[in-house]
Amino acid sequence: MLILCCGNPERGDDAAGILVGERLKELSIEAQVCTGEPSALLEHWEGAHDVLLIDAVVTGSTVGTIHVWNASETRLPPQSSESTHGFGVALAIELARKLGSLPERLRVCGIEAGCFDLGAKPSPAVRRAVKDLTDKIAAECGGCRQT
Amino acid sequence: MTARTIQVETLARVEGECSLYIKMAGERVADVKLKIYEPPRFFEAFLRGRHYSEAPDITARICGICPIAYQMSAVHAIERALGVKPEPAIRLLRRLFYCGEWIESHALHIFMLHAPDFLGYADVIAMAADHRELVEKALRLKKIGNGIVSLLGGREIHPISAAVGGFYKVPTKAQLLALVPDLEWALQASVETVQWTKGLEFPSFEQDYEFVALRHPDEYPLNEGRLVSNRGMDIDAAEYEDHFTELHVRHSNALQSVVRGRGSYLVGPLARFNLNFEKLPKAAQDAAMSAGLKPPVRNPFRSIVVRAVELVFACSEALRIISEYEPPAVPKADIPNRAGVGQAITEAPRGILYHRYAFNERGLILTARIVPPTSQNLRRIEDDLREYATQLVAWPQEEATWKCEQAVRNYDPCISCATHFLKVRIERGTE
Repeated sequence: MLILCCGNPERGDDAAGILVGERLKELSIEAQVCTGEPSALLEHWEGAHDVLLIDAVVTGSTVGTIHVWNASETRLPPQSSESTHGFGVALAIELARKLGSLPERLRVCGIEAGCFDLGAKPSPAVRRAVKDLTDKIAAECGGCRQT
Repeated sequence: MTARTIQVETLARVEGECSLYIKMAGERVADVKLKIYEPPRFFEAFLRGRHYSEAPDITARICGICPIAYQMSAVHAIERALGVKPEPAIRLLRRLFYCGEWIESHALHIFMLHAPDFLGYADVIAMAADHRELVEKALRLKKIGNGIVSLLGGREIHPISAAVGGFYKVPTKAQLLALVPDLEWALQASVETVQWTKGLEFPSFEQDYEFVALRHPDEYPLNEGRLVSNRGMDIDAAEYEDHFTELHVRHSNALQSVVRGRGSYLVGPLARFNLNFEKLPKAAQDAAMSAGLKPPVRNPFRSIVVRAVELVFACSEALRIISEYEPPAVPKADIPNRAGVGQAITEAPRGILYHRYAFNERGLILTARIVPPTSQNLRRIEDDLREYATQLVAWPQEEATWKCEQAVRNYDPCISCATHFLKVRIERGTE
């Protein structure tokens, strides 16, 4: 399983995916950190059959909620921004779907984020979610040391 | 007289966020506003008090699409202030670095942002269903551009290796040679892109622009040259502020730049092509001629073809540089601190980017001024819309709106770069 962790460590809760990646690495579980830039994402998962992508999301749920979408079968909720700055994970997935380059199995784990302020620290709720999600992934990977 | 308004709340397929408002009164365009509501960035203020060596990395953060342009204008301006001239190998590497940015930026705009306008799709995802090969070509071209940036800059977005005096780390010849097969493919793909763009349908719309671009005696401009225009301008970067000024308009967080005493002007691919056609390598000239393109090109909708010609140039130039490259003796010159003032202009994918720095004897920046290409094109975009919208009076609302959006996208505007609002004037009336 290829694990891709997206986010921006300098913008509050947007660090969620990166933090999961760091914790996984501490557990000797391989995880790649990426910005979420679409062409880079398509490149990252090229040739992979089973991909788990982790990122911060905003759906209106309580901050810290963990969402899991089976992106191989269903569309992610649409993004609000039409500019290239909003041309992120969801659009990259849809583009790959159209191009026939979506991994056979692509799951997206989203951690509900509340604060994207520049320089802010991730909120306690997101930090807890990071730990919970890391534990779940570690359990799935099997045989890894639990935190 | 019937009044009609074209309003786009969030303009799609541009870098950053803005809205468009056009008010028509009968057959007359009464008002045009490209409203830049993205907040100001204050980068010029951030730079004050920082050492000049930090400027390339700080200014690179202005844009995720064209960070190299900011790094290049910064290092050249500071080196001019310090009286430093980089050795030939560094100069070559900087041109190669810039080629990488042009390839990824132009590929993104041609295929992902502009092509959907011509082919009648709302976005690249919708377009991908019917034109898969175009999107795959775009992604591969972008990846090849990113590969150059990543090798020279340490990473593909906000690279970190460019420095005043050179690079923190330079590639080996073998590392550059490894890029050649991809670049040869990219060159061929770019030529095909020119052929593809020439078959698109272009609105009949030409304007009498003042084109402004760098001109170098020996090469198509990237990092160096005098600033010239088709109306007789021929100046050094140090004279830039004598000839241009930025104006604040109420509806925009980005300043609008004008030529003093004349008004709006156009920078970017069309200006470079029209003022430097003879400096393009033969492959790019041939591609342009085969597309029926020769200067002066005054139809801004044809900028997609010119961008494709510049893709041919960037790939061809990258291959030339790689064949000539030998690593420099020292990657980065050691430069002692001293006080100075320096200006530089380089050619970002969207047009000229001006930087000026003044720093003290400890190398700490006292003032910085940055005029990005989109600020320089903003007034021209509004002028285009003012003229072009008169052609759309009888058009259905939805189509007229689409065409006006396309007219903005002709310029590949980068709104985030442009929002460097500095002058704040508060007017208070008396009761």
